[in-house]
Amino acid sequence: MIETWLEGKEVCVCAGSGGVGKTSISAAVALGMAARGKKVAVLTIDPARRLAHALGLDELDGEAHRVDAPVEGELWAMMLDPKRTFDDLVAQHAPDERARDAVLSNRIYLELSNAVAGSQEYMAMEKLHELHREGRYDLLVLDTPPTRNALDFLDAPRKLAAFIDSPSLQLLSAPSTLGLKLLGRGTGVLFSGLRRATGVDLLEDLSEFFRSFGGMVEGFRERAQEVNALLADDRSTFVLVTSPREDAVDEAIFFHRRLEEAGLPFAGAIANRVRTSVPAHRDGLAAEMEAALGPDLARKVLRTWGEERVLARRDRAALGRLRRRLDGAPMIEVPRLDDDVHDLDGLGLLDEHLFRAAQRGRRRSDGR
Amino acid sequence: MDSLLDKRLVLVTGKGGVGRTTVATALGLAAARRGRRVVVCEVGDQQRLPAMLGEVSANGAEQELRPGLFGVTVDPERTKEEWLRYQLKSGTLAGMLGGSRVFQYLTAAAPGLTELVTMGKIWDLAQLERRTEGAVYDLAIVDAPATGHGLAMLRAPSTYAGVARVGPIRRQALIIDEFVRDPDTTGVLAVALPEEIPVNETIDLEERLRDELGVNLHATVLNSVHPQRFSADDARRLEALGEKGSKEARAAGRAALSEFRRARAERAQGRRLRRATRARVITLPHLFEPEIGPDQLERLSRVLERRL
Repeated sequence: MIETWLEGKEVCVCAGSGGVGKTSISAAVALGMAARGKKVAVLTIDPARRLAHALGLDELDGEAHRVDAPVEGELWAMMLDPKRTFDDLVAQHAPDERARDAVLSNRIYLELSNAVAGSQEYMAMEKLHELHREGRYDLLVLDTPPTRNALDFLDAPRKLAAFIDSPSLQLLSAPSTLGLKLLGRGTGVLFSGLRRATGVDLLEDLSEFFRSFGGMVEGFRERAQEVNALLADDRSTFVLVTSPREDAVDEAIFFHRRLEEAGLPFAGAIANRVRTSVPAHRDGLAAEMEAALGPDLARKVLRTWGEERVLARRDRAALGRLRRRLDGAPMIEVPRLDDDVHDLDGLGLLDEHLFRAAQRGRRRSDGR
Repeated sequence: MDSLLDKRLVLVTGKGGVGRTTVATALGLAAARRGRRVVVCEVGDQQRLPAMLGEVSANGAEQELRPGLFGVTVDPERTKEEWLRYQLKSGTLAGMLGGSRVFQYLTAAAPGLTELVTMGKIWDLAQLERRTEGAVYDLAIVDAPATGHGLAMLRAPSTYAGVARVGPIRRQALIIDEFVRDPDTTGVLAVALPEEIPVNETIDLEERLRDELGVNLHATVLNSVHPQRFSADDARRLEALGEKGSKEARAAGRAALSEFRRARAERAQGRRLRRATRARVITLPHLFEPEIGPDQLERLSRVLERRL
């Protein structure tokens, strides 16, 4: 099924809230597409150690590594280092070494590149853009950072560009006294207010930042626009990963709305860790189990069975709610496995559900 | 071991999706039952607590949800305005600056200011004399952001104290830092699921708390642990049953085997967590129920209270 979503696509962004198995799904999608002859790279941030090991990622070095997997195409994996991406970008756009070092050691820059909301997400997109432009892969699969909101990256390029672009701030890149004169008396109030409110004398850092950053602003703005354009392009698509947990479904619904508002291409949702539908209870089951297993074990099995049915109904209800809110967009269900996925075999188990789910999924929902 | 509920501030953190809000709420219920006046504080723009207890949200404002149990949401943006007004001691100036886009960018760029302000508000909730409007509590429990961001928030006061060059704010940051690092006043509680990734994050969290902040993790709550219902012998008998019997019987047998394997994998993760961390591990049972509501929270809070 998912191969039809990804037909003709070069970029697949997997998004969703934390704890839904997004990294495993991203890796399984990449592996599956590689198995179908594509040259695929999966970009991830901080995957589980064992999964990282399976993908040949023992260190965070920001480089793509070929994964030793028996596939027709090629599978590459890469662990993103957002701070390093930002640093590389600065180095690339800096007119000379002095300007580069001035920016890299500037306090404003350090804060911007490390902690400002959205910059990490944005750098993931930036790396995506860079790899896309290099054109070494047929398909790039991005596992988005596990932010609480999971959506910040949609705004990040715009925020970053706005920050860099702010005309009053840019005046500071002029020699500071001139800048201050141009900004007028208001600036004095602004900075003394800022000092009183934050305890940080930012003026010096800021003017230094904009002086050294001045020459790079144009390059950064262009890149931000290119990244935005790439995400909106019909060669890209967003896949929403969720689980049947209520809060994850809420986030997925919210996320879907945000994608629509932003006019970004949406392929469909993947519901992970779903208890697959269970047949109805039947009279005589208890007697049958008891005859086969003895009273003690039969009682335990029936109890487990009863609980499983309750939880499966809850999963169905939650996914029904999601399906209604997706306005007809397709949804793939991946059943809950007995153990969490952390190696290539585990990813292989997911493959069957991600790539061949169409018929079965439809029959199941029609039959109810 | 000193009791977590005797502290003034408890920070609950852990990977996304492991049940931090559930654990923070259950802890709040346990504290209220012991006669504490307790506030459970959510961070960000979410207000899940009132709904979980079956109440209507007061839009993030401090509200009493049960006798002695209060809820509040600390929204960083709103808190920043509050902080500005307090620091500038002038509503007009704060209003003027707060409305300026440049000012907003600049405060966003002040290293760790948002996190500091959030920590400041949390610290204030745990004080016997409040700086901002609101009731006084015996205990504040924070449903903190997920691990990485949660750590950044905890670190903010000391980072900021190093960066701020102007007196009063530096002093305030130092006071907050001292409070959150003092084991008599503050405890950090990790929440994990018995799965690979959350266990890794918890091991990492304990290490980083110690290395970066000199803080010992108080305990880890291993949430949603499945019971060890089937023995290895049971599993063999179920496997032997195989494809015999009716369709329902086979499905029930498979569900039981799946439950056995899951519980076994969870136990292995629990062992790994216990081996790799120094903090005590407290388990909470998996609830085989459609949703976590007031009754379920009540039950979890009683288990938690017994095991703390």
